[in-house]
Amino acid sequence: MPTPILEVNGLKKYFDVRGGVFGRKVGEVKAVDDVSFTVNEGEILGIVGESGCGKSTTGKSILRLIDPTDGEIKFEDQNIADLSAEEMRKLRKDMQIIFQDPYASLNPRHTVEKIISEPLLVHSELNHEERKERIKELLEVVGLRAEHASRYPHQFSGGQRQRIGIARALANNPKLIICDEPVSALDVSVQSQILNLMEKLRNDFNLTYIFIAHDLSVVKHISDRVGVMYLGGMVELTNKDELYDNPMHPYTQALLSAVPVADPDNRPDRVILEGDVPSPSSPPSGCPFHTRCPMAMDICKEIKPEFREVRDQHFVACHLYD
Amino acid sequence: MDEVVLELKDLHTHFFTDSGEIPAVDGVSLKLHKGEVVGIVGESGSGKSVTSLSIMHLIPKPPGKLVSGEILFKSEDISSASEKKMRKVRGNEIAMIFQEPMTSLDPLFTIGNQIIEGIRLHEKVSKKEAKARAIKMLELVGIPRADEVVDEFPHQLSGGMRQRVMIAMAMALNPEVLIADEPTTALDVTIQAQILDLMRSLNKEKETSILLITHDLGVVSEMCDRVVVMYSGQVVEEGTVREIIKDPQHPYTKGLIRSLPNLHKKEQSLYSIPGTVMRPKKDFVGCRFASRCEFAFDRCFQESPELYSLDNDRQSRCFLHDEGKGVEEFADTNIRS
Repeated sequence: MPTPILEVNGLKKYFDVRGGVFGRKVGEVKAVDDVSFTVNEGEILGIVGESGCGKSTTGKSILRLIDPTDGEIKFEDQNIADLSAEEMRKLRKDMQIIFQDPYASLNPRHTVEKIISEPLLVHSELNHEERKERIKELLEVVGLRAEHASRYPHQFSGGQRQRIGIARALANNPKLIICDEPVSALDVSVQSQILNLMEKLRNDFNLTYIFIAHDLSVVKHISDRVGVMYLGGMVELTNKDELYDNPMHPYTQALLSAVPVADPDNRPDRVILEGDVPSPSSPPSGCPFHTRCPMAMDICKEIKPEFREVRDQHFVACHLYD
Repeated sequence: MDEVVLELKDLHTHFFTDSGEIPAVDGVSLKLHKGEVVGIVGESGSGKSVTSLSIMHLIPKPPGKLVSGEILFKSEDISSASEKKMRKVRGNEIAMIFQEPMTSLDPLFTIGNQIIEGIRLHEKVSKKEAKARAIKMLELVGIPRADEVVDEFPHQLSGGMRQRVMIAMAMALNPEVLIADEPTTALDVTIQAQILDLMRSLNKEKETSILLITHDLGVVSEMCDRVVVMYSGQVVEEGTVREIIKDPQHPYTKGLIRSLPNLHKKEQSLYSIPGTVMRPKKDFVGCRFASRCEFAFDRCFQESPELYSLDNDRQSRCFLHDEGKGVEEFADTNIRS
């Protein structure tokens, strides 16, 4: 039985919508609404979904970069949601994040050395010499050279910048890394370099990743288990082969069939969904997907389906399997 | 073969910057037949967008300049056409849709206004007629409540709807050629599927020729008849979709296809091409891909390869074809080891 490193129970994040002269609360956006999952040690959990489904908010709530409204986040049996800011700061040594945009997440006025030394200054007790040594080591681990330390971010290409971001995340030997769309800003040939690097690092340092992305092929390639989110909720979660070979939720089925495949002889039968994702500030009643679901029934409009284990390790939130 | 509607002959578009002259498009030739969908594929910096902007005379000058080459639209060279002439061509004969629908729609005007402006610029119709046509176009591209949307502003629409509006605007005058520059890159997959479906049906019904610029080989494989692969400002390979995807000849195309994670295959480690795309340089000698190429030999660094014509109208810019070896034999001995 694998041991969970992270347990998320009933995570909610509502953003207030304020309006009027006095900035009164006029509504709320349910960005993440009751999401639960576990992440086992050493695994890569992929989270996919379209824009606005709450996947990034989930990732940031786990690190408490934004404070969740409700719910429990247990990291190594400690409930993160209750920790003080100071305790949380110490814990972030073990939990790191890699951002999507390597152009925006590195300070343009700092050298690479300064960028990577920042987490070391905060969390480690290394002296100046040791820090230099560690930075050199980190740069080599991510496939850059030691002399790159004195350069500035603008002197690097997109892929190299993402490597710097990875080096910074690795600096304090974290246990869990949240990767928020780490390769979506990169070109195909560079994307595969970064994916391979991330897999290698996982194996070398026994890391655990939560890999958030919108690209289903990338998520399939790197993950062990995959969760699919729609409009703030998790709709399906299982191991990757099961999910891609045997998707149960109608949304997952549509999502998978919508991916263009680079194979002119093998064009899948397409389920083209009608319409757009509804606004999370006024989500539909019942199942949030019923407005676009090709298989919607009467019950879907009224009762929100429970997220439950339908088969062994295969969780789905859909009335079709009641 | 059908008539050629658009042809580029040895097109050179250079940018003159403080740090020197950059040949962003360096001798590109391609043909687009009536009713055909041709894809231009390449990574960022390969010159695919500059090629499409050059056709429309939308390159900011300075610093950009169309240095030499011909752009033949229905056998007429428009490469040095006047601005007045281009105004007649743009929208009416060749229309374009861009990647980011929010920045290419004017936030201060209603959807209807923006479509009507184009129609009234090219045809003598009353405002009322033009509006009726705008509504019809919006219905055609699958926008619900078209008669209301026509009076709404861009911010009231979602990304997918905005891209539909862009397509409606581009198709309003029945252009012969539609240039689509990364039309679905900013959209989610389920919305992308809708837009691609729409473009396909417009192509079938109206016989519009489409030049589709994208970096996504999946999109290319679903949409295009023929594909042109660009690298560092040059065409490196050309062929039908099936040929390019199933049997790529140029080492770059080969690498690009192998580095894609595939949804329907299980593989352990992804192939990756080392290094990054070279920026186009003036007077560069040698193959631009040589420094990243696993097959490179001495000649690749000393001479610049030509486009070699292969069977079935295929072309590939690689010395291996000259050596009579073909990439296949190299591939069999090298890649799989």
